[in-house]
Amino acid sequence: MPITYTSGEQIEVYRFSIPATVLIPLLALFLQAFLPLKLHFFSYFDLPLLVVISFAVARRSQVAGLLTGSVIGLLQDALTHQPLGLYGISKTVVGYGASSLGVRLDVENAGARFLVTLVFYLIHEIIYFTIARSLVGLALKWSWQHELISALANAFLAVILFALLDRFKQRT
Amino acid sequence: MENLLTRYRNISILVGVLFLQVLGLAIQVKRKTENESSRLIRVWTVAAITPLEKGVVGLEDGVSGVWHNYLYLRGVRKENRELQQEIQQLRLNQVRLSEDANQAHRLQALLRFKEQFILHTVASQVIGTSGSEESRSIYIDKGEQDGIKRDMPVITADGVVGKVLRVFGGTAEVLLISDQSSGAGAITEKSRLKGIVQGTPTGGLLLQKIMSDEQVQAGDRLLTSGGDGIFPKGMPLGEVFSVTRGKDSLLTIHVKPAANLNHLEEVLVITQQEERVPETADSDSAKAADILARQLPSVPEKPAPDKAAASAKPASQKLAQEHSGEKPQPQNLKTAGAAAEKPLAKPQTANAGVPQAKPNAESVSGNDVKKPVTRVIKISDQPGALPAAPAANSAPQSAPALPAKTGGQPQ
Repeated sequence: MPITYTSGEQIEVYRFSIPATVLIPLLALFLQAFLPLKLHFFSYFDLPLLVVISFAVARRSQVAGLLTGSVIGLLQDALTHQPLGLYGISKTVVGYGASSLGVRLDVENAGARFLVTLVFYLIHEIIYFTIARSLVGLALKWSWQHELISALANAFLAVILFALLDRFKQRT
Repeated sequence: MENLLTRYRNISILVGVLFLQVLGLAIQVKRKTENESSRLIRVWTVAAITPLEKGVVGLEDGVSGVWHNYLYLRGVRKENRELQQEIQQLRLNQVRLSEDANQAHRLQALLRFKEQFILHTVASQVIGTSGSEESRSIYIDKGEQDGIKRDMPVITADGVVGKVLRVFGGTAEVLLISDQSSGAGAITEKSRLKGIVQGTPTGGLLLQKIMSDEQVQAGDRLLTSGGDGIFPKGMPLGEVFSVTRGKDSLLTIHVKPAANLNHLEEVLVITQQEERVPETADSDSAKAADILARQLPSVPEKPAPDKAAASAKPASQKLAQEHSGEKPQPQNLKTAGAAAEKPLAKPQTANAGVPQAKPNAESVSGNDVKKPVTRVIKISDQPGALPAAPAANSAPQSAPALPAKTGGQPQ
């Protein structure tokens, strides 16, 4: 396995157990579908996206990142009434990008996690909107204000969530 | 070539995965209808997620039920008293409304108007959402096994929620009316303007196809028109909260949904509705005053009034007795209702050509009792005014309308 260095520090590669790999995304999908019923503001968050980013930066494998993003995205699509692939494509790109970044940078600290999530949330939304408008023909309305608020909210949540998911990480 | 692929293995896989997904997306968009492969993925996902949702909702209901039904009973007696009072008030309203409904049915039957009747509904619990702001849909805990089918309307007591979009074994996906791909035929309650209510990308509702020269104001209620073939006619859709002049000489009308779409817990799926000419109620002969008297607690009969008591009775009651030629009767709610009809006869006699309402004994049965009925309810709407004689000023208004209400059959 190639060893990449950043700031003179060796970046560690982690893996997740099979139950964690299966159950954490399912739990994220469940919470994403269920919580907005009780807490309407929760629809601002995108828990499956946070899980994709968390898995990708921890594994630091581009193939694993894009496949995880692809599967979680397609499952998220399946719960909506839109065609399958909107979230799938967006999360595939995010999974690939986050794992590529994880290979080169240390994203173990809270500040880096905040920034990474903020940027990748915006990338995810831009890809989603582009596909939805150009390929599917949905008349979605882009609002920078809404997207920035959502990005900040997701970045804050990511700091907490990543710390929780660290407990499931296993050093390779 | 092989070296190239090995060197750019990751990016090649990315391109391949993206290509497959774009291809799949294009096929779905092109076909419009759901194919088997995408259906399968949806079924698997829903099968994986919804049992957990059902379990959590069930647990929540159980805990909430134990807490509210057995433990937290503070203020229940007071609430019970208030509800009893409300029931009494609603019963009075019900009598009035049932009379109005009967009248409407008679007229519809005369004109051979067809009406949509909701024959059967299935109550269901909302167990989840799509989890996406771009897809406004919810999941309910009833599916194919419960007789739910695609395109069935979904409502709450407040108004329209949406329609069934996809049906699975034990669950179904409901597309909310606030989704941008939703639409429903609408009609304004007052001005009877017809339009289409559509969802917006931000989750709001817009009433469209209304010309800018029409009068629509904030606060106007919107009902379903029944023209879409999905929602039954007359269901509350929402309320206009802003009107602006848009492009193409059309109004841009923003609508607030009647049902609270952000906090749905239980909904009703209309599984069966029928279009037929309403039957005229045979209970026409049952006088509203009688229905009212049956539903209200009766006042115990008093001993026969002596002369002094008789002289102390209200003038209207005396007048009623004079007209009917009856002996004085003990005052209870039933007789109060009957007595309330009498003054109607007086202004009618002053209207030449207007059929005269028969005095008490005859006006009890037959269609000519509709106006007195209305008058009784008007009085009863004001608490404490029920046993009193009706106000004389309302009688002349009601009397000329009598033949119209009886279907033009003067006596």
